[in-house]
Amino acid sequence: MLSKKLFQRPKNDLENYERAVKEGCPSVPDELCMSCPKCKNILFVSQLSEAYGICPKCGHLFRMNARQRISMIADEDSFVEHDAQLRSINLLDFPGYENKLKHAALDSGEKEGVVCGECTISSYRTCLFVMEPNFMMGSMGAVVGEKITRLFEYAARYDLPVIGYTVSGGARMQEGIMSLMQMAKTSGAVKRHSDAGNLYITVLTDPTTGGVSASFAMQGDIILAEPKALIGFAGPRVIEQTIRQKLPEGFQRAEFLLEKGFVDAVVERQEQKEYLAQLLALHCKKTAGEEKQDGSL
Amino acid sequence: MEAYKRVEAARAKGRPSGKDFIENMIDGFVELHGDRRFADDKAVIAGVGWLNDMPITAIAIERGKDTKDKVLRNFGCAHPEGYRKALRQMKLAEKFHRPIVCFIDTSGAYCGIEAEERGQAQAIAENLMEMMTLKTPVISILIGEGGSGGALGLAVSDEVWMMENAVYSVISPEGCATILWKDSSKTKEAAECLKLTAQELLKLKVVERIVREPQDYKKGFEKVYQRLSKDLYSAFSQGQRLSGEELIQRRYRRFRKMGQFLE
Repeated sequence: MLSKKLFQRPKNDLENYERAVKEGCPSVPDELCMSCPKCKNILFVSQLSEAYGICPKCGHLFRMNARQRISMIADEDSFVEHDAQLRSINLLDFPGYENKLKHAALDSGEKEGVVCGECTISSYRTCLFVMEPNFMMGSMGAVVGEKITRLFEYAARYDLPVIGYTVSGGARMQEGIMSLMQMAKTSGAVKRHSDAGNLYITVLTDPTTGGVSASFAMQGDIILAEPKALIGFAGPRVIEQTIRQKLPEGFQRAEFLLEKGFVDAVVERQEQKEYLAQLLALHCKKTAGEEKQDGSL
Repeated sequence: MEAYKRVEAARAKGRPSGKDFIENMIDGFVELHGDRRFADDKAVIAGVGWLNDMPITAIAIERGKDTKDKVLRNFGCAHPEGYRKALRQMKLAEKFHRPIVCFIDTSGAYCGIEAEERGQAQAIAENLMEMMTLKTPVISILIGEGGSGGALGLAVSDEVWMMENAVYSVISPEGCATILWKDSSKTKEAAECLKLTAQELLKLKVVERIVREPQDYKKGFEKVYQRLSKDLYSAFSQGQRLSGEELIQRRYRRFRKMGQFLE
């Protein structure tokens, strides 16, 4: 009896009082305040969005949604969205997919896993797509594939560059083989845009894996990555299961890919706009924005 | 559980592998090794030979026959150098106006440290892009398992054919069950949901043709090889009558229309 009690938590009123204060008292709502998952520092959301979603104490990069990214790199009010109306259907009658889509829309405030459009960056006109991490982890189904394909076709028709921010767990399992086919479809559009002499820059953000990394994410003429972003074909858990050993520290991170020669540069968030603007200036075409007449698309 | 039976049949021991298809369909096959960048991936067999009187390029993913062979072939899971080797042969085929046939049988591209270090994602991404504009006829045949990006990396083709008992899927039924229901015993349900059989994929217009199979793998395959060679020959003959430009337009349109949605 005695030994058992030794390891029990002491029950005293003071502890209960603390708990009551925690539960009952008014506190700062979650929407205004959050804690850094790395250093546990408490931050105001407003403070965070001014600081590019970077923890001022430890430098941890918070995940940014598509609209935050767009406002970070596009010139003010310059973004015009394309194909916002496209919605997924449950072609394969996959159990629970409609429900997942509904929740994803609520979680993200978006209709699908990518936002496409055109904008200017330091006055250079460009097409832009940004994937949405809060919509089923930016997974690629028919709508994501179609929107990106259309964006590349549009960019090829108007001789415009494309900049793409990727964040994705890969192909969307609930759309089965059709999600796999989107990899081929988008690759075809990227190739045509490229063969017409246009620039494509990808910015890989945390995480970019699976079917997205094995298609348009890795097809940029120039591939940039955000610091410490996880980038790979297979996710680290799958690899650990396959080879039955722990992965080394820093494996599949942006810096690792830079060392292995698979990205051109790792660029901090606060420098990305300037960096992209410089690259756009270096590749600017005289015919940018003029519609092509040959109708080959 | 119709779908899962097909999965088992596709993985069955003794089922003809990529090497068997090459040996039985292509005369005077000359195997060509290496990706000229890193190594020779033994999971991928590539080379040139005769289909009747037509020189063609043949590429196959090989799982291996016995244990030793399987280890050598890495169980048919290619590394990046396998995809780069295949692409090198495809570019050679384009240069010499030879048609290309790919025999696909893989549970997926290899997931390992070296594969990531050497850019598995980049290698597949490059194949998808480059295959789209090969100015020569390309036909891919799924002969066993068609596992996700690892299969697609050799299947951006003018037509995709499928053996009756082959399967083609974005994720293995085991993987799907684990992710979706956190329960690997629901593999059969997952196989059903994924619509990975030849019949389902023909309906979805992801494949153009189903190749009938005999009950007994050991005996009846002779006729399959003969018929397949004939069909392949006539498809390639038709393809060769088109210009390179027409071929890539057709291939683009084939994939362009895939996927349905509300607008």
